[in-house]
Amino acid sequence: MNETLPGMVIIGAGECGARAAFALREEGYAGPVTLIGAERHLPYERPPLSKDALAAEAPGIRTIAEADRFEAADIRLMLSCEVAAIDRAARAVRLGDGTALPYSRLLLATGARPRRLPPAEGSKHCLYLRTHDDAGEIARRLRPDARILIIGGGFIGLELAAAARLRGSAVTVLETQSRLLARAVPANIAEIVQAEHERQGVRVLLNAGILELGERGGAAVFRIDQPGNDAGSGPTEIEADTVIVGIGAVPNVELAEAAGLAVDNGICVDACLRTADRAIFAAGDCCSFPLEIYGGRRVRLEAWRNAQEQGALAARNMLETDEAHASVPWFWSDQYGLTLQIAGLPDEGAAVVRRDLGEGAFILFHLAADGRLVAASGIGPGNAVARDIRLAEMLIARRAAPAADKLAAAETKLKSLLAA
Amino acid sequence: MAEWVEACAAEDIDEEDVVRFDHAGRTYAIYRSPDDEFFVTDGLCTHEKVHLADGLVMDDIIECPKHNGRFNYKTGEAKGAPVCVNLKTYPARVEDGRVMVELD
Ligand SMILES: Cc1cc2nc3c(=O)[nH]c(=O)nc-3n(C[C@H](O)[C@H](O)[C@H](O)COP(=O)(O)OP(=O)(O)OC[C@H]3O[C@@H](n4cnc5c(N)ncnc54)[C@H](O)[C@@H]3O)c2cc1C
Ligand code: FES
Repeated sequence: MNETLPGMVIIGAGECGARAAFALREEGYAGPVTLIGAERHLPYERPPLSKDALAAEAPGIRTIAEADRFEAADIRLMLSCEVAAIDRAARAVRLGDGTALPYSRLLLATGARPRRLPPAEGSKHCLYLRTHDDAGEIARRLRPDARILIIGGGFIGLELAAAARLRGSAVTVLETQSRLLARAVPANIAEIVQAEHERQGVRVLLNAGILELGERGGAAVFRIDQPGNDAGSGPTEIEADTVIVGIGAVPNVELAEAAGLAVDNGICVDACLRTADRAIFAAGDCCSFPLEIYGGRRVRLEAWRNAQEQGALAARNMLETDEAHASVPWFWSDQYGLTLQIAGLPDEGAAVVRRDLGEGAFILFHLAADGRLVAASGIGPGNAVARDIRLAEMLIARRAAPAADKLAAAETKLKSLLAA
Repeated sequence: MAEWVEACAAEDIDEEDVVRFDHAGRTYAIYRSPDDEFFVTDGLCTHEKVHLADGLVMDDIIECPKHNGRFNYKTGEAKGAPVCVNLKTYPARVEDGRVMVELD
């Protein structure tokens, strides 16, 4: 790219934005790179926030890179700095204090924020988890004598529940659906997750609707209805010292929307992560994009590896290449000693083949009607499912249609199917 | 003091695969490359302390099972995010079908 000034501007100094900034340098770009982040911390990893970070009262922070690495790469890092608007005509972003910062290419890596629960708004007992500072407040409250109510039986809620139990708190998880993890994983995996939480002493309430939130004697009181339970068997009121809401995330699209860019469950980009404005790209949790392996189905992912991969891909395409996104979604979650890994999107499958790996670990292969492997989800102790999930991911990327009996037989190495 | 230690039989490791080896309170990973050479690195990923032997070997890369961080197991080089600290490597050789490794 011969246009060296005014250079590359990235909004959002999270996993995706930080990766993009370094990738621009790795690709040999020598012009100015500016990374703007609203948070006060150096870019850090979010996955530990609902896991190890909560093990102690004062969580450590796992930065993606220390300040000297940004310096060495000549990346201008503007922290505690919020972009207020994008002026597409002037090709500049406007900061909170009114300063304009021109760009030749702009990347939106603004991420997502927790969805709010209306009855909980304004309550001092209610917390959300997205940032290191959120995790700090939660960690402080996970005392052995604390009663913790978690609203939402998704990944974040369940990881929080596990962390709270490990700290000795009394934990209730409230879920409106008829099972845990309803959005993301097959029912037989969700059952194992629920059984483990119950074994660890978590009270799991399904089919629960929250009617209202009140207060009594310094604690929060949630009035709930539980239509799924027999009349009178479930509690209608739960008292908690702290309520943590984990009911999903909404993408930060407002800047893009105000600038007239299309939004459809995320900032709309094409397979090269470009918006309709050729100078503006979006990547990570904030964008929706066509997933090539599923015939261009538009999705928005909230996954750590995706944020990295898309950050790097956006960086390359900001430098005038035209590389289409081609990877397979991948996600993991840790709860107690269990790890869950998912490659691909299981809802693409029409049939399921199960492979048992011993010690309770197993993998479900999700096959499309034409026999193609489209997803794999696995659960087990430690890293028991990791290798096969990774190989499944490669099979999915190749659009392979492995024989069901081979997938089911643990003695058939998946690597041998890859060679076939 | 470095010493040569007998780790396992060569045939205990498939080609393009890895096994875990524990010795004197430390843990290592022993690799057999696709061209039938043996290599040794520290056993734990430098991102979080996860056993690399549960990971996947592809050519001269070991991929961590936890978050897919990648290392070249012949040189120990970290191949990019999320791993940025290299792995320590150790010499290895095969003697009479036994894998010998030189540990610190
Ligand atoms: C608690 C938790 C646990 C998770 N665990 C896992 C897991 O186990 N496995 C997994 O695969 N994924 C996990 N994830 C998801 C993963 O962390 C995200 O997918 C990833 O962080 C997305 O990166 P991002 O850069 O797109 O967005 P973010 O990390 O959200 O970063 C966006 C940044 O942009 C900033 N920003 C937004 N608007 C502006 C503005 N106008 N001006 C300046 N800055 C702005 C925000 O403050 C934020 O710092 C977890 C997420 C959370 C919150
Ligand atoms: S623990 Fe190895 S990549 Fe994270």
